[in-house]
Amino acid sequence: MNTPDLVKLIFGRLTIEAIPYHEPILIGTFAAVAIGGIALLAVLTKYKLWGYLWSEWFTSIDHKKIGIMYMVLGVVMLLRGFSDAIMMRAQQAMAFNGSAGFLPPHHYDQVFTAHGVIMIFFVAMPFVTGLMNFVVPLQIGARDVAFPFLNNFSFWMTVAGGMLVMASLFVGEFARTGWLAYPPLSGLAASPDVGVDYYIWSLQVAGVGTTLSGINLLATIIKMRAPGMTMMKMPVFTWTSLCTNVLIVAAFPVLTAVLALLSLDRYVGTNFFTNDFGGNAMMYVNLIWIWGHPEVYILVLPLFGVFSEVVATFSRKRLFGYASMVYATVVITVLSYLVWLHHFFTMGSGASVNSFFGITTMIISIPTGAKIFNWLFTMYRGRIQFEVPMLWTMGFMITFVIGGMTGVMLAVPPADFLLHNSLFLIAHFHNVIIGGVIFGVFAGINYWFPKAFGFKLDSYWGKWSFWLWLTGFYFAFMPLYVLGFMGVTRRMNHFEDPSLQIWFIIAAFGAVLIAGGIAAFLIQIFVSIKRREALRDVTGDPWHGRTLEWSTSSPPPSYNFAFTPVIHEQDAWWQMKERNAERRTEGYLPIHMPKNTAAGVYIAAFAFVIGFAMIWHMFLIAGLAFLGLLVTAIGHTFNYKRDYYIPADVVARTEAARTEELAAHV
Amino acid sequence: MSDIHATPSAAVADSQDLQFWMKEDHHPENGTLLGFWIYLMSDCLIFACLFATYGVLGRSYAGGPSGADLFELPLVAVNTTMLLLSSITYGFAVLEMQKNRRGTMMAWLIITGLFGAAFLGIELYEFANLIHEGAGPQRSAFLSSFFTLVGTHGLHVTFGIVWLITLLVQVGRFGLTPANKRRIMCLSMFWHFLDVVWVGVFTFVYLMGVLP
Repeated sequence: MNTPDLVKLIFGRLTIEAIPYHEPILIGTFAAVAIGGIALLAVLTKYKLWGYLWSEWFTSIDHKKIGIMYMVLGVVMLLRGFSDAIMMRAQQAMAFNGSAGFLPPHHYDQVFTAHGVIMIFFVAMPFVTGLMNFVVPLQIGARDVAFPFLNNFSFWMTVAGGMLVMASLFVGEFARTGWLAYPPLSGLAASPDVGVDYYIWSLQVAGVGTTLSGINLLATIIKMRAPGMTMMKMPVFTWTSLCTNVLIVAAFPVLTAVLALLSLDRYVGTNFFTNDFGGNAMMYVNLIWIWGHPEVYILVLPLFGVFSEVVATFSRKRLFGYASMVYATVVITVLSYLVWLHHFFTMGSGASVNSFFGITTMIISIPTGAKIFNWLFTMYRGRIQFEVPMLWTMGFMITFVIGGMTGVMLAVPPADFLLHNSLFLIAHFHNVIIGGVIFGVFAGINYWFPKAFGFKLDSYWGKWSFWLWLTGFYFAFMPLYVLGFMGVTRRMNHFEDPSLQIWFIIAAFGAVLIAGGIAAFLIQIFVSIKRREALRDVTGDPWHGRTLEWSTSSPPPSYNFAFTPVIHEQDAWWQMKERNAERRTEGYLPIHMPKNTAAGVYIAAFAFVIGFAMIWHMFLIAGLAFLGLLVTAIGHTFNYKRDYYIPADVVARTEAARTEELAAHV
Repeated sequence: MSDIHATPSAAVADSQDLQFWMKEDHHPENGTLLGFWIYLMSDCLIFACLFATYGVLGRSYAGGPSGADLFELPLVAVNTTMLLLSSITYGFAVLEMQKNRRGTMMAWLIITGLFGAAFLGIELYEFANLIHEGAGPQRSAFLSSFFTLVGTHGLHVTFGIVWLITLLVQVGRFGLTPANKRRIMCLSMFWHFLDVVWVGVFTFVYLMGVLP
């Protein structure tokens, strides 16, 4: 074998040309990332944190730590996704009057694709999964999830997928197809380079993690609730998580299947979505939206749960209309499968089909509206406390209603024919995703942070973050509604008509305000850590909460509850407080817990290598990595000693320390 | 108006002394079998997508051969028999497992694996023949969806066999421990699930495919 063949065998189509050294923006970014990364590594090494991180976090199967790691991943990826956003806003504001701006179409297309993919899959999904992971076992009085190892593995698969997207920034390029990569544009003929392959493999790797974590949380909620917690006594957040995970398990396999078919078209030369040999691109569009529409409810339902918890806690009242809230959630879950076609009314389905999907779409606004009224009635005559989580909740209620109404407008097929693919649509879905998901995530972070770390977040910077995000959102997206009505389409890197520029400048100003909101959030975290002694909460119940997670210490011990709680009412912890239920302080038993393991990290690392190698057609390396993955996975099944007992006296000591703390506080 | 004013619970409270913490250890029921069921349903959805794709594209021959031209039903019937038999023998293995007879159980598992391997062998032979005749997955959308649906099933059987061998080693080394029994039950569900999917493939793809 001569050298070129050998190089090709090992490196596939990866050459030095794939490194974008001639792009000043990317080189600058790379330099910043490299310097930041080296600084971080140096700090970790200097303070000898590697061993601690590895044994206490990376290999941890504790659902609380995995939840926190998901949140960190979400924040890191938010910074990347937002840089894409502000680049687009700057480009569109500048590219008028003969200026081409700074992003040529080739780049601009990658930026909007990466923005969408990152924000949905690697920001919103980790945030949502992180919140569910952290909160659900605590709310149902369990000691961990049903499959703790799988939980750790799912997290690392999500990380591996995110790393593949990040790698595309510096090695090769990302897809230029939009976040759903419709064929034939994403087919081999129109996109022969690695962009779409990065897209496919990052989503496939992360998708495995998401599906497994859905199965895991589903089994957890069904099987591991504390005695007495019947379905209609579950906290609303647990209910919405249950429905979300049903959606995950019932939707993500469709994404896996459709992306697999697209990759067969690209790698094997099959004809699923090609223009000739009988292929049918509409098949892809249908399948991806059968996943895609439930996906938006996967994102927003858990946050509906967050708002329900927050609004009841800070109104000092039981949630209004618990049963209707549960039914509304279930109805949304079912209906989310009957509306996918409204994403492509214009693609030739005919009047009857469009009418059906238009009507089902409008019907969804009924249960959602019921929820809004439930929250309003919970606040009605409540003793509302305007803490930061409550601010986010109220900001959500106003913003989301506006977004919901523009959604109903888009659900009307004749209107959609005018608004389809315009900036009106962009404004609509940012209206519901920022107003619903992002506001909910910040409400959730501010609400449960003291539970996770034992001190509250600083509310001064929290309020800055909230007001900057809220005003920033309106400045950034209201102009897009206007532009949409004027017929301005999405995904363009510049426009000719100079009269449009003012709206883009307003939108760019909004993006700057949002940048301020993100900065204020980071400052909030930093300030809170510095002031943690002043913000300390030793009670474990800083907000006077209603559900079980507030009954244990903050942060909770690894076993969550020394004694499994028994539930008699919906707001279990509230009832315990009302009845002055004494904390049990004797009769501790050894507690059965799962052991940490590194297998998840290794298997996900192999998955990353497989993905990267497949993208660059390094089939030899991909095969070896697959073999490695298989051997590691099978090897892990030979480890039967996966659990241990926390001895009773260790539990007794931990709980005695808490008793002392509580006594000192009172 | 119970939503607005918290119900005064004192009346109830006095009548009974509620217990809020469990004194004894709480063992939630093992969720592995349920979790595996849910996984199977998610896998079932992948097959559902492939069936739907075949349903849409299954008659797009692009001027190439159709199912009636290509499928050899006798061969597929033999193949189907292999897989159905493997399901029965897996059932025997589970019966033996319940009687704690390790040796016979392993023997039945080996027979199951051999049937599975025979199924895969015949499938690969069929695939090789088709490709040799110029009816490979690239020829038309019909053949793309045919190869993908049948091939995905075959891939599942392959992983089932790898899993089966792993389990044989584990049972051989560690015996019929509760953990191993649980794993055998999981693989049992997986194996029967693949059988059910195959019944769908046989009917929907082969039997209906040879209709004019």
